[in-house]
Amino acid sequence: MPMSGTEIEAMITAALPGAEVEMTDLAGDGDHWAAKVTAPQFDGKNRVQQHKMVYEALGGRMGGVLHALQLTTAVPTSQPET
Amino acid sequence: MSDSNSRITEIVSDSDVVLFMKGTPLFPQCGFSSRAVSILDHCGVSYASVDVLQDQDIRQGIKAYSDWPTIPQLYVKGEFVGGSDIMMEMFEAGELKQLMDEKDVAKAT
Repeated sequence: MPMSGTEIEAMITAALPGAEVEMTDLAGDGDHWAAKVTAPQFDGKNRVQQHKMVYEALGGRMGGVLHALQLTTAVPTSQPET
Repeated sequence: MSDSNSRITEIVSDSDVVLFMKGTPLFPQCGFSSRAVSILDHCGVSYASVDVLQDQDIRQGIKAYSDWPTIPQLYVKGEFVGGSDIMMEMFEAGELKQLMDEKDVAKAT
């Protein structure tokens, strides 16, 4: 069973509260996703660390059931009010 | 396991730039690997490639070695740089070329 976009988004925001996740269904088949994740937690981290944080949020599914997730990470330009 | 680790260490020390991928640069077997190859070709650097589909030990071993769950994976001078998404982000920002220049890697001939 491929993961749904909302499922992926929910796992990321659960692990990275305050993150903004933009999901795009690349092939229209609900299986090939692009995710753009903007999270304050990425501040001060390099790209590898940022991507690893998202992979960790997905709890080992990356490379398994979730083989096709194109990932872009960014730090918010202005810190959200807390 | 430790055997694949030492093999990987040898592979990434043998060439300046190493791409672990599915398939070969001429016949990539996955869209992400294909994208990684195009990026390296655009950078004009010489690189070695390892087809993980031909070697299950390396295929599993590299994920643990880099602590990175997916293929392709790029190594420059023995250091893990990232997967195809990171390669693309770095390429677009001009950072990949900069890294290759800084590390003084061999140009493609």
